[in-house]
Amino acid sequence: MSEARALYEQIILEHNKSPRNFGPLDPYDRKMEGFNPLCGDHFTIYVRLKGDVVDAVSFSGAGCAISKSSASLMTTILKGKTIAEAKALFERFHRMITSDPDAPVDEAALGKLRVFSGVREFPIRIKCATLAWHALNAALEGKDEPVSTE
Amino acid sequence: MAVHVANEKRRDTPAAGPLDPARLRADFPILAATVRGNPLVYLDNAATTQKPRAVIDAIARYYTEYNANVHRGVHYLSQIATQAYDEARRKAAAFLGATVDCEVIFTRGATESINLVAHSYGRQRVLPGDEILITGMEHHSNIVPWQILCKETGATLRVVPVDDDGNLVMEEFDRLLNEHTRLVAVTHVSNALGTVNPIRDIAARAHAVGAAVLVDGAQSAPHMPVNVRELGCDFFVCSGHKMYGPTGIGLLYGRAELLDAMPPYQSGGDMILSVTFEKTIYGRLPSKFEAGTPHIEGAVGLAAALDYLNAVGLGAIAAYERSLLRYAESALRVVPGLRLMGAPRKRAGVIAFTMDAAHPHDISQVLDEAGVAIRAGHHCAQPVMQRFGVPASARASFALYNTREDVDALVQALHEVNRIFA
Repeated sequence: MSEARALYEQIILEHNKSPRNFGPLDPYDRKMEGFNPLCGDHFTIYVRLKGDVVDAVSFSGAGCAISKSSASLMTTILKGKTIAEAKALFERFHRMITSDPDAPVDEAALGKLRVFSGVREFPIRIKCATLAWHALNAALEGKDEPVSTE
Repeated sequence: MAVHVANEKRRDTPAAGPLDPARLRADFPILAATVRGNPLVYLDNAATTQKPRAVIDAIARYYTEYNANVHRGVHYLSQIATQAYDEARRKAAAFLGATVDCEVIFTRGATESINLVAHSYGRQRVLPGDEILITGMEHHSNIVPWQILCKETGATLRVVPVDDDGNLVMEEFDRLLNEHTRLVAVTHVSNALGTVNPIRDIAARAHAVGAAVLVDGAQSAPHMPVNVRELGCDFFVCSGHKMYGPTGIGLLYGRAELLDAMPPYQSGGDMILSVTFEKTIYGRLPSKFEAGTPHIEGAVGLAAALDYLNAVGLGAIAAYERSLLRYAESALRVVPGLRLMGAPRKRAGVIAFTMDAAHPHDISQVLDEAGVAIRAGHHCAQPVMQRFGVPASARASFALYNTREDVDALVQALHEVNRIFA
């Protein structure tokens, strides 16, 4: 299989085509924009909280298949997680995606997010895969400045 | 030691005549490279061009045979280096059709050339209430310096709109041009669309209202014959690395009369006649605008690149690239879901497109796998992207060494994009 085909796993292609939780949340508690100024990717992440627990996450905006599918997949796995758990998951995801391409992937800890391990072969795309996560992290921290990958 | 720099006949310099891409390709060592197991198909020439052996050798020869500082040493090597540096300016002036050599200033590139004009000419001449007229297809480097200048001087920035085909709306240009217009800054060839703008016409109309004209030639100088006097512009800027020369060197052409009256841009050594703590007398042109030790290696490399371009012939290059562009336009039209951006009346060197199935970054990723290098993104021309309602585009851009086989490889890889994403 070619490296490009390996990068674009079926799940990634499928979420790119049919993104989940796409569109603004109404109502929402937190909202954060994320930009990748180099390629023009631009997403807004909406978060609804029940106390300390993530009740719902959605996103809107446009970007490449990696950034869009990463945002989509992210929105599907956060419901019911505490803020601390969500942030820990972001850290695990970030650590995996910036690790050596040959390093083992902790599939149990990452679940579906492991499909992005192919991104490690293409360092320039790491920003695509983490854009929505950075925005989510800033939203969970209650920041009000949009996040940029630059 | 005998060192002959100027006017050296290069054995790998191609002979003038019709362009033979197969033969020219052999002059570019990097084109023999493979990328991810495939032969390199380099179609990102609007970003930077590859370098012929003649340029690489000229730079190596400078460092191995006559490296020294210029314009100050009495010793032998300094004389040779100075001679090479001055010869590079002479060649650049001839290449652009300048009247005298000192109308050409060496800069770091087109961006610095524009900044020089905005700082020096702009701050001296532009007053509150004045207007700077640019166009909707400018590179950020021909937008931001004017925005800053307008903010500092109280002038207003006006923008000539672009039509759906990617041409300037000349009726709007006429409407926006008036006696308050101090300067018109326009790209010769759009880096995002490939549009060739009617500079002669624009310059004539601008001069009729007393406005000066700056032409961004970064995308034209490598692809077509350029003569600043025929164009009728006051300033012309270009970048060495986009014309087969090294990075870090570029040209500013300015009419001697204008450059003479302009204050220095940067200051320090090399640009002065005399310095006391009471008073400094600036050097004459061109040294007034070249503070510090210049990019000698860059000038030497650029001179070799200009020799190379002249030997191939800019007319032959323009004709060849035009036919390649036409071939590419029709080849790309057969790719399902592919949309060309713009259909300018006259196009050079650049084809931008989007695909229904995939984002430009994903297109570029799949192409890279096939060894095909294109650019994806906003090409430092975000207003163009906004005009065409896309966040980004994919761009293939051509050079004298590209072939129809390169276009075929591009098209084949685009079909693979559709297979993956459709």
